[in-house]
Amino acid sequence: MTRSVFIGATAAAAMLAGAGYAAEGDTLADVTGRDQLICGVNAGLVGFASPDANGNWTGFDIAVCKAIAAAVLSDPAKVKYVPTTGQTRFTALASGEVDVLARNSTWTFSRDTDLTLDFAGINYYDGQGFMVPRSLGVSSAKELDGATICVQTGTTTELNLADYFNANNMSYQPVNIDSNAEGEQQYMAGACDAYTTDASGLAATRAAFASPSDHIILPEIISKEPLGPVVRHGDNNWGDIVRWTLYALIAAEEYGVTSANIEELASNSENPEVQRLLGTTGDLGAMIGLDAEWAKRAIKAGGNYGEIFAKTIGEETPIGLARGLNAQWTQGGLMYAMPFR
Amino acid sequence: MSEMHAESVAYVRDTMLPPAAPPNQQLGALRWLRVNLFSGWFNTVLTLLGLGIIWFLFDHFWPWLSHSVWKADSVQECREIIAARYGEGATGGCFGVIRERWHQYLFGFYPRAEYWRPLMTLGLLFIAITPVLFSVNPAIRRWVLAVTGLITLLLMGVAEVPDWAVLLMWALIGTALLLGEYAPQRLLIFTLFYPVVGVWFLWGGSLWFPLMLLAGFGVGYLATRLVPPRHAGLALPAGIAAALIWWLFLAGPVAGLLGDLAPARLRVIDSNEFGGFLLAMVIGVSGIAMSLPLGIVLALARRSDMFLIHVFAVIFIEFIRGVPLITLLFVASLLLNYFLPPGTNFDIILRVIIMVTIFAAAYMAEVIRGGLAALPRGQFEAADALGLNYWQAQRLIVLPQALKISIPGIVGTFIGMFKDTTLVGLIGLFDPLKGISDFVRSNFAWKGIYWEPFIFVGAIFFVICFSMSRYSMYLERRLSREHR
Repeated sequence: MTRSVFIGATAAAAMLAGAGYAAEGDTLADVTGRDQLICGVNAGLVGFASPDANGNWTGFDIAVCKAIAAAVLSDPAKVKYVPTTGQTRFTALASGEVDVLARNSTWTFSRDTDLTLDFAGINYYDGQGFMVPRSLGVSSAKELDGATICVQTGTTTELNLADYFNANNMSYQPVNIDSNAEGEQQYMAGACDAYTTDASGLAATRAAFASPSDHIILPEIISKEPLGPVVRHGDNNWGDIVRWTLYALIAAEEYGVTSANIEELASNSENPEVQRLLGTTGDLGAMIGLDAEWAKRAIKAGGNYGEIFAKTIGEETPIGLARGLNAQWTQGGLMYAMPFR
Repeated sequence: MSEMHAESVAYVRDTMLPPAAPPNQQLGALRWLRVNLFSGWFNTVLTLLGLGIIWFLFDHFWPWLSHSVWKADSVQECREIIAARYGEGATGGCFGVIRERWHQYLFGFYPRAEYWRPLMTLGLLFIAITPVLFSVNPAIRRWVLAVTGLITLLLMGVAEVPDWAVLLMWALIGTALLLGEYAPQRLLIFTLFYPVVGVWFLWGGSLWFPLMLLAGFGVGYLATRLVPPRHAGLALPAGIAAALIWWLFLAGPVAGLLGDLAPARLRVIDSNEFGGFLLAMVIGVSGIAMSLPLGIVLALARRSDMFLIHVFAVIFIEFIRGVPLITLLFVASLLLNYFLPPGTNFDIILRVIIMVTIFAAAYMAEVIRGGLAALPRGQFEAADALGLNYWQAQRLIVLPQALKISIPGIVGTFIGMFKDTTLVGLIGLFDPLKGISDFVRSNFAWKGIYWEPFIFVGAIFFVICFSMSRYSMYLERRLSREHR
């Protein structure tokens, strides 16, 4: 019995393995055929991806998924969110389990090339920082020589930390933690002098403390963490759709197109760029296999980039992140959408 | 010696002394304390040390627990309430998170309107397993059925399921109690069909698909019977082939056809909407149910004289036992995707169940092999002497004894496996311990919550595992009595 089952399973596995890798899919066709976008997201990150008590997802990364779904399927609700962990995210994308990964993933050389992924743009410029208790009396990361530091294992955070302390000829004692929640516990319990993670995460963590003013985030940002949506390498049309959906959101903010005035601008805007963006003139949508109003729908889904930022992580929210590097290029930031023409 | 004779003894007492009360030190609580806690200086020191530790724990955790807040909608609100009630700087548990999110800890993202389905599945699970677990004693069976039924109804009340579902559950429990009294064998028939009903309730869709899958076993059995007796050796392969053909090519269309004729559909629930204890129970229960038979087969195969079967069993068991469960789960969630053709949707929960099952089965096989090894050789020889064939000997003589010996090990494996289901959090499923807590904390209102979910989830795990352990002790007692 055992043997026949075993042989059968082996044969089945071999057969399936032969069939694997057969088709490098046309993701757009898959998505429209399924009438649902499958979006790989973080299983829970304050402000970026978080399900509420009724299971509805909200957040900064979620907004990207919704915009893509609105552009492609005309309905921002037609998204299936697949929560991924740090270990499973890229495999889930590469194996076709998700269509796009909007999971605060850092754009790095090896991920772009070696993992055969394509980063479709950047929706948040992050960087690694330090948080220390005010009582420690430290005002710069340069003064952290010999400190014990809570750091999440298996992330680029760990490597950045080692690089930074090496470069500055300082020593430190790492306290390895597994998750952000555990890090907060260790930090609050005094197991480490400083806590390091992405600055956005630090801000959210600090804001949730009982007395935020007892903790300061040091001014040094020790790494570049450009975060953005990721697609599979090789399906360039799908990559274009994701990239230009993101640019549409950013460009909309630049040209003052908001979810409130979008209908009005679509009919009477004088700006030719806005006309092309909203599909009033020209036929940009057809060039990526969509209809003329794709960008209009994407912007209407959750507002332009600035609106999304303000709603999910901006200064009005408890997380209270400043725009900083994520301001428009006209405001001294790095958000710069390529021209729509 | 001669002094002992009656005539040489001066005085013989002819009435009994009335029994005197034992000395105070040998009485009641005092005696108990002396014997159990303070017998000798070493034990006295240990007792005092233990009391000190208990006091330390109590002193540390009681204030936190006693300051617990249940009615709050965020951590910030909890902190305000605690500060207002107990003064600045007081700490306390914020169990408001459980009040707001308990349903996600129990059901994950399962749609709220459909909560009656998992609860009904749970109630039916009790009805399905009680006659198996308590087959001998009708009094205990009645009692267990009633209690588990009440638990189900209570949960249904808490989850606010529709009235008709509660009424249906009442009716089902009543029927089960009646059947349990008068025709327990009928309940066993329901147990056979339970997997189909359970799968249909949980995932929804057409009832005919799981039914047709089950029918595959019937088809296989029919095929074995159709083989003429003189080719008896072909019966088993023919049966397997027929069942496979049925499953691969016929089951789907037939089910579709029947579904058109007599639609029996429930709303389809996707596997990624499962979470919390629902997920743990689905994986745990199916793993437990399938790993035991698989483990028995593996254990027998490992002791088999047939070379190939023996070698396969050894390789399988040693390979699976040599690999951490996490690795198997990663294989299930990541590696399999590369092998399967793109676009194949091989259900993630099914993949995990398969991996967990083979993992538990490998351990189970070794536990049962231990039981088999403990049987005296004479038992096997006696079976042979009676002229029983291999399967008869195993079924009637060897396994009942071997399994009885292995009960503690088997239940230990079950408990370990059930707790291991929380590992699925690492592959992005929402296990109750980490997965659900992580996303609950990702909401700013509950960011900073840490111990409260652990306590809540831990308590539920404890209740379930403790029940399993008590059942194992009951079973041991019962079986040992029969052999006295």
